[in-house]
Amino acid sequence: MLSEATLQKIDREIAKYPAEQKQSAVMAALRLAQQEKGWLAPETIAFVARYLGMAEMAVYEVATFYNMYDLAPVGKYKITVCTNLPCALSGGVHAADYLKQKLGIDFNETTPDGKFTLKEGECMGACGDAPVMLVNNVHMRCFMTPEEIDRLLAECE
Amino acid sequence: MLNIEIDGKPLQVEPGTTVFEAARSAGIYIPHFCYHKKLSIAANCRMCLVQVEKAPKPMPACATVVTEGMKVFTHSPLAAKAQRDVMEFLLINHPLDCPICDQGGECQLQDLAVGYGGSHARFQEEKRVVTNKDLGPLVATDMTRCINCTRCVRFTQEIAGYMELGQAYRGDRAEIMPFLGKTLDSELSGNVIDLCPVGALTSKPFRFAARTWELSRRKSISPHDGLGSNLVVQVLHDKVKRVLPLENEAINECWLSDKERFSYEALNGEERLTRPMVKQGGQWREVDWNVALDYASHALRDIARDHGADALGALVSPHATLEEMALTAKLMRGLGSDNIDFRLRQSDFSLDGQRSGTPWLGMRIAELGALDRVLVVGSFLRKDHPLIAQRLRQSAKKGAQVSLLHSADDELFIKLFAKAIAAPAQLPALFAEVVKAVAELKNAPLDAGFEKVGAGETARSIAASLVSGTNVGILLGNFAQQHPQAATLHRLAQQLAGLLGAKFGFLGEAANSVGGYVAGTAPRQGGLNAARLVAEPRRAYLLLGVEPELDCADGAAALAALRQAASVIVLSPFKSQAALDYADCLLPVAPFTETSGSFVNTEGRAQSFYAVCKPLGETRPAWKVLRVLGNLLELAGFEHESSEQVRDEVLGGKPEFVAGLDNAVTPGTFDFIAASPGLQRIADVPIYFADPLVRRAPSLQSTHDAVAPTARMNAATLTKLGLTAGEKVKVGAGGAACHLVAELDAGVPDDCVRIAAAHASTVAVGPLFGTLTLERA
Amino acid sequence: MAILDSINPTLTAGWHRPDVRDLARDTGWRLKDYEARGGYQALKKLFAEKMTPEQVIAEVKTSVLRGRGGAGFPTGLKWSFMPKNAAGEKYIVCNTDEGEPGTFKDRDIMRLDPHAVIEGMIIAGYAMGAQRGYNYIHGEIFELYQRFEEALEEARAAGYLGRNILGSGFDFELFAHHGWGAYICGEETALLESIEGKKGQPRYKPPFPANVGLYGCPTTINNTESLASIPYIIRHGGQAFLDLGKPNNGGTKLFSVSGHVNKPGNYEVPLGTPFAKLLEMAGGMRGGRKLKAVIPGGSSAPVLPADIIMDCTLDYDSIAKAGSMLGSGAVIVMDETVCMVKALERLSWFYYEESCGQCTPCREGTGWLYKMIHRIEHGQGRAEDLDLLDDVAKNIMGRTICALGDAAALPVISFVKHFRDEFAYHIEHKRCLVPPEVQRAGSTFHTRLMAGATC
Ligand SMILES: Cc1cc2nc3c(=O)[nH]c(=O)nc-3n(C[C@H](O)[C@H](O)[C@H](O)COP(=O)(O)O)c2cc1C
Ligand code: SF4
Ligand code: FES
Repeated sequence: MLSEATLQKIDREIAKYPAEQKQSAVMAALRLAQQEKGWLAPETIAFVARYLGMAEMAVYEVATFYNMYDLAPVGKYKITVCTNLPCALSGGVHAADYLKQKLGIDFNETTPDGKFTLKEGECMGACGDAPVMLVNNVHMRCFMTPEEIDRLLAECE
Repeated sequence: MLNIEIDGKPLQVEPGTTVFEAARSAGIYIPHFCYHKKLSIAANCRMCLVQVEKAPKPMPACATVVTEGMKVFTHSPLAAKAQRDVMEFLLINHPLDCPICDQGGECQLQDLAVGYGGSHARFQEEKRVVTNKDLGPLVATDMTRCINCTRCVRFTQEIAGYMELGQAYRGDRAEIMPFLGKTLDSELSGNVIDLCPVGALTSKPFRFAARTWELSRRKSISPHDGLGSNLVVQVLHDKVKRVLPLENEAINECWLSDKERFSYEALNGEERLTRPMVKQGGQWREVDWNVALDYASHALRDIARDHGADALGALVSPHATLEEMALTAKLMRGLGSDNIDFRLRQSDFSLDGQRSGTPWLGMRIAELGALDRVLVVGSFLRKDHPLIAQRLRQSAKKGAQVSLLHSADDELFIKLFAKAIAAPAQLPALFAEVVKAVAELKNAPLDAGFEKVGAGETARSIAASLVSGTNVGILLGNFAQQHPQAATLHRLAQQLAGLLGAKFGFLGEAANSVGGYVAGTAPRQGGLNAARLVAEPRRAYLLLGVEPELDCADGAAALAALRQAASVIVLSPFKSQAALDYADCLLPVAPFTETSGSFVNTEGRAQSFYAVCKPLGETRPAWKVLRVLGNLLELAGFEHESSEQVRDEVLGGKPEFVAGLDNAVTPGTFDFIAASPGLQRIADVPIYFADPLVRRAPSLQSTHDAVAPTARMNAATLTKLGLTAGEKVKVGAGGAACHLVAELDAGVPDDCVRIAAAHASTVAVGPLFGTLTLERA
Repeated sequence: MAILDSINPTLTAGWHRPDVRDLARDTGWRLKDYEARGGYQALKKLFAEKMTPEQVIAEVKTSVLRGRGGAGFPTGLKWSFMPKNAAGEKYIVCNTDEGEPGTFKDRDIMRLDPHAVIEGMIIAGYAMGAQRGYNYIHGEIFELYQRFEEALEEARAAGYLGRNILGSGFDFELFAHHGWGAYICGEETALLESIEGKKGQPRYKPPFPANVGLYGCPTTINNTESLASIPYIIRHGGQAFLDLGKPNNGGTKLFSVSGHVNKPGNYEVPLGTPFAKLLEMAGGMRGGRKLKAVIPGGSSAPVLPADIIMDCTLDYDSIAKAGSMLGSGAVIVMDETVCMVKALERLSWFYYEESCGQCTPCREGTGWLYKMIHRIEHGQGRAEDLDLLDDVAKNIMGRTICALGDAAALPVISFVKHFRDEFAYHIEHKRCLVPPEVQRAGSTFHTRLMAGATC
């Protein structure tokens, strides 16, 4: 279900916690599973549950509680823009509008070619660098002026 | 003891008590939704906010622990306002559809809204709508009504033992649901209906059947497993509409298993026998009672006269009432026959005549919770005894070490200390290992037969656990009681209990597994027991509430015996196709809801109940039918005017617990050499096949627990037999054969095949235990 | 990269100020750099001088370091709550789940000085007899989670972590755990639930984590900045730290300045520094426009109008006296182009979005608040809405398990209180008191206006 490489990474996470607390690795395991599969399909969630000896519903609770898990397929590049107040004061909403216009999609939509998905994010703890956006959950991009956004989109293959 | 004051009332309470409990003990009601005395404290609904002196903010009574000198005000302006405000929040997104809600009339939200709700809605926005979930055939949902108290979620986690429900998403998008594509499959699932304080989770079978206030509530006793759960049966126009638990901390606490809750559906089903019937010249006729009774009495009398009383046999359901059992026994003995038994699935009767008293649980049910070490032997515990399993689950969570010896590794949702799984024929030897290991630890001598036993690692660790306990219990399950070496298992338990100073006993299979002995429904003067009544066919049979092809240890043989009999007289609430085939007289007798009677539960508690509604059609209470039969046969001692008189005659009054409970048996020799017996059958009696009532409950029959039996084997056995899972196989025992699908089940030991019993599709497989042939079909 | 500037630096002294946006090109955060600027000296000193755990806690108490996570609870006092001689495991947990809108200081600490956090946690472990620690890192700064893992490897290799640290006989293991998009996990008990592999729903207290924390064991949770301040306190003494600030408000603190200033960024200044000074350090108001309002302690703190904040000094007591909270030290600066209704609408959305959903008042109330403000903003307000807003907010306050309920209510109450006219104008005129051209003039906030939408 998940590749050997991913399972090894999950095992490394499990090792961080006391032996009887495997469940603690669930957030990392879901992240890694999502990274491999692109999104968290029900069978992926069920697999993680079995792997960690958890009830499926307990894993599903986690997968639905935290915003960065994708419970439906997303584009190759998921761009999450912070529009919270501090960012908005320095162009966060503007940057999001620019992206919407460029990609021709709204928040929570994916471009027809399946390349980009746009999400509205909450405070990423980088308000001083606004506008801020996150690419595929893990790469933060700061000071996203229209030119920077153009560059970002060009970099995305 | 701490001194506190609630609403000006001085109180003394134990340290650790919550404000809520303290108030309740003083008779002060605090409104609440998420709090439930059997569940962990969530403190999420915030309805129970009260004022505590010196605290700046209102405190949740359910989660606030009292301190010395604490002064609590549950109705002060501050508390009342907090409660009113919370109620407003609860109602803003709640649909006001009480008139069409099944919970109407018994809704905590509705009740409290009257007392605490505001008069006009300040919330002008659109209300939230939540999609419904498919929880299976028993629990209906209306999730828009859900107030997210999470009682149901905590129930599945904590009481049922597996988190089948959860709260997905967050904020006001939070939804109570099962995992995607899953339903609520716990054998305790119906309790979430009782727990849900609003109408989000309701009974699917009961849906829209009646408004609660139209129903009359009557007490009764569950007729299923040996627990004897206390019931509230709700009736409208002489029809049972719903069954709820009657709280009894000593027995079922506030719970019911789904079997107990939903089996009532069978009471109004198609297969109810409502008029006496007699078969003449191969044709069934509905007749008047006097004709039928006349027929039955003549049949019995004539056969006894022509062929001797020994030609008669009676099989009595262990779910029959004490009174019915006693009168059947009296009738048979009056006719001169001791051929009577209720231990239908038992196969080893070698202890008859060697018992000191009536076998029973060996302790009170409530004492189970105090055991710190438990050894369960031969039990499909969770499905055979859902609420006893629940008690042991709680014990295990509190640190009790529960171990299991069995022939199937089913998920119990109990944190087991250890388990050892072996083929049925090896079970006594496995048990002997534990006894031997304990004897070694205790440096105690053992009876002959143990010399060759060598304890393995698991047996040693179980032994070490048992020896370290101060309150040890050994429990023999249905499987152990049905086992062909049940006597050996019994003696091993006795020996082990002796070594440990432990209690030991039996998990009663049926509502009257103890009562059957008390009522004298087993042979007393050398009559034929249940197995011999089948193996040595009689000319006439009297069947009380029994479907022998499904209820006996060897259904195929039972069917053959009945088919060859000259007369089979059936007293039953149901007419089955099988009975129409082998019987010649069907007498419609009342199910438990339509008669008075008593059950003696597994702890020996005698519980009497009244009929909750009038018998259906021409149905009569069986005790009355038997009394009239006794009169017609001109037998002495059939003058009872009421079932109470029968009971008093049997029990010598109305004791709380019956006398003579004793598991001791005379010591015997042990022989554990298990021959290599080929492919062994493991037969479970699935929870919803177990008795005639559940078999006919449509909703229960649509659950996962009621799927048709398969031939379950582990991977090694499948490979050995050259089979793959999913293939059709032919299972044979003796001459007959049946066709099943092979299924992979890692929990089955090597060289065994698990085939459920008590189902029409597996009758031909024959006995519950023994060897089988199995080949690709 | 955010700008860093400081007066009397303790945390940021020697930080390598990056002028690049690319994390990969950051320098100065590695172990050798940290050691070069005196890193791990505190730990060495503690072992060399054989300081007892009690002495360590006493130093921290003397410093009057107040928790930098928001509540400002004295760290030394918190440490003293941990049971002494309890059998079994104890845990130190660092809260790097920085998600309070406006706050971005912990990110810089993690970026430029991860070893300071590690050293602080080891010292905390020693002081409280804990042998295991976790640092819970905001999911959105995942790259810094990875950097922290690298720093942990360095520390392990150098013998700062693991068994018998520096030959002292003290064992301490430290691991990183990441969040994945839930503000509530910044709340300490939600954070513990999250480490335990559950959803981040806060626990009812009591019992407090010091008694029943991670995996049911005694646990102390501190903010990243609090823990990163510990090495300085141990090296230079609690008194030196206290003297940097003012009585009851020890030390310097990082202030995250965002919004309408010329140089948004983190500024380390002594507690007690006048707000005006911070504003000046941050380059003053963008475009020279007029200051309208400031949220001085992260979005959960009540907003203060310009005239009030200009009179404040930046310390826990002064801001509290002015009717707000120093909180996490996130200073959100708003100029005259801001529509306060729109600003509140965005914040209310945030709390609605982030409520964990367990308590009735927060679950239901945050949505109610947002929906009302949204209506007002979109010209559908009703006359009675302002009192209702205030009332609903107050009905959430103090009735919930965690402080998110209060955090959602306080902005509403304070915005409506200080800018009632603006709200009333919206309701009455179905448009904004701040004329469109003013909104357009400087702020990039109101781009929807450019497309012709009304505010
Ligand atoms: C809703 C909510 C969010 C919080 N977010 C954070 C946070 O992001 N970072 C943090 O350090 N503390 C946060 N806190 C405070 C923590 O609960 C806790 O008080 C703090 O981590 C303690 O550390 P300190 O004593 O060093 O300040 C939050 C509290 C609440 C109620
Ligand atoms: S106040 Fe809100 S966020 Fe906090 S526990 Fe309650 S519902 Fe969750
Ligand atoms: S009953 Fe106390 S908060 Fe729900």
